[in-house]
Amino acid sequence: MTTTGANMIDQSDANAQGYREFTLGAFHFRRDEFFAHVTWPTGKHVMSVDAFLRALQRDVAWDFFYGTVNFDAVLGTVNHYGTVDLFAGRFNDAYRKAELDHSENFDTPLIRETFKAMLDDWTNADFDPFASPAETDKPFGVKDGSNTEAVTRRRVSARRMVGVPGDEQVRTDATHPINRMFADVPQDEPEVHAEPGFEEEVCAYNLFAYLSRSDVTWNPSVVSVCKNSLYCPTTEEYILPIVHGNDRVEWFVQLSDEIVWDVQDRDTGVPRAKVTMKAGDVAAMPGDIRHQGYSPKRSMLLVWENASPEIPELIRTGQASVYPVDF
Amino acid sequence: MADSASYTTRFGSLDDYEKGGIEIIDDQPRNYAFSNMFEVASTSQPWEKVAVGKNMEYVLEVIRAEGTSEWRTCAHDEFPLVVDGEVTVELVKLAAPAAPADKGGSIRLDGEPAGQPMGRIVLRRGHQALLPANAAYRFSAARPSVILLQTILGDDTIERWAEICLT
Repeated sequence: MTTTGANMIDQSDANAQGYREFTLGAFHFRRDEFFAHVTWPTGKHVMSVDAFLRALQRDVAWDFFYGTVNFDAVLGTVNHYGTVDLFAGRFNDAYRKAELDHSENFDTPLIRETFKAMLDDWTNADFDPFASPAETDKPFGVKDGSNTEAVTRRRVSARRMVGVPGDEQVRTDATHPINRMFADVPQDEPEVHAEPGFEEEVCAYNLFAYLSRSDVTWNPSVVSVCKNSLYCPTTEEYILPIVHGNDRVEWFVQLSDEIVWDVQDRDTGVPRAKVTMKAGDVAAMPGDIRHQGYSPKRSMLLVWENASPEIPELIRTGQASVYPVDF
Repeated sequence: MADSASYTTRFGSLDDYEKGGIEIIDDQPRNYAFSNMFEVASTSQPWEKVAVGKNMEYVLEVIRAEGTSEWRTCAHDEFPLVVDGEVTVELVKLAAPAAPADKGGSIRLDGEPAGQPMGRIVLRRGHQALLPANAAYRFSAARPSVILLQTILGDDTIERWAEICLT
């Protein structure tokens, strides 16, 4: 029987700092004032709770995303689209050689609900793990309220395109003020002259203005859909809080400003390249790498995904390449 | 001390862009298919549909918009994003679909399309529009402009990766 919700979560009463502890299979999670502590049968790990909560927020909001979400060089998840691996040291050569690595597979609802409960309990009232560090308070200290509204934001996912009647709508001052770093972005709207009866098909909006009003960082959200081709733009500031390991080719279009990407081998973490993208640049992230971005100023990045669920299997069986184009 | 309230957002254009690059440690630059939309458009003929991104059957095409395009239609939705300049889109509801239902990418229409005018959209930098499936559309631009088109690989998609990508 599959159960969902709070009754499937293995959690303790509040500890001395006021936070609940969570158990998922043989993994155990505990936080104190400054750190998240993770243990498994062959090892233990500690992360700053700031970095841990920012990574956990993305993993939860993206529903484990495409491929691997590395919280850091040790801890992370692999999405199998129905089940999820939670691992420690699996993509770390030293841990594997020392046989300290550990991985367990969970039905997605179990790990999803456990992570959501952990995120909600461990996030204090004045901390928003989706926000730029310059725009939120610190996550440290003993338990001090909660910020459920921030950690359960609805992920924007247009069915056809933002601005189409009945679909996701444009952002306004009422709900999404312009970000401080995008104050100079023009807010003009397209001139749309629809003939009577075609108002639902003659549609356009200002994507750059839409992005200038994003209240989150490093959170790709769907704005237009061509079958499995998804435009997932996002605004980036400071450091991508996870290291994304690809299970397919993923494309980036730098719409504004600049991001530097550290690219490593997906399985070992060995550095492969440093990619600097400036406004107008287009680049692919191969399907066998992991990457982490650095954005000195808030920037606009178009993440372009092929959402086909068949791609990992096509790559595994040699029917699709981990590289974007052959030339 | 710098004014913390003063930020300049840097967009590129045909006249003013700066290309990034790849510092290779243990890889090949071609694995990243790295190009720049404005550089591609600056070396394209008007209305050429040059792929700058490809993921299985899906593509991102850079189109140099200049003058008036031919009429085209497509069996699926497409989405132009203007990244430089100003582009007008005219839309016509065709009396009957002209593109085969399973055809990926757009096809050229000969002459003027037969059907009911749907409307007109004027797009400037940052504006994205819907080109509805089975509508006929035509672009026009008074000065050189650049479109990034979300679509599917079609007969008129141009792939010249070796010319546009870092190697």
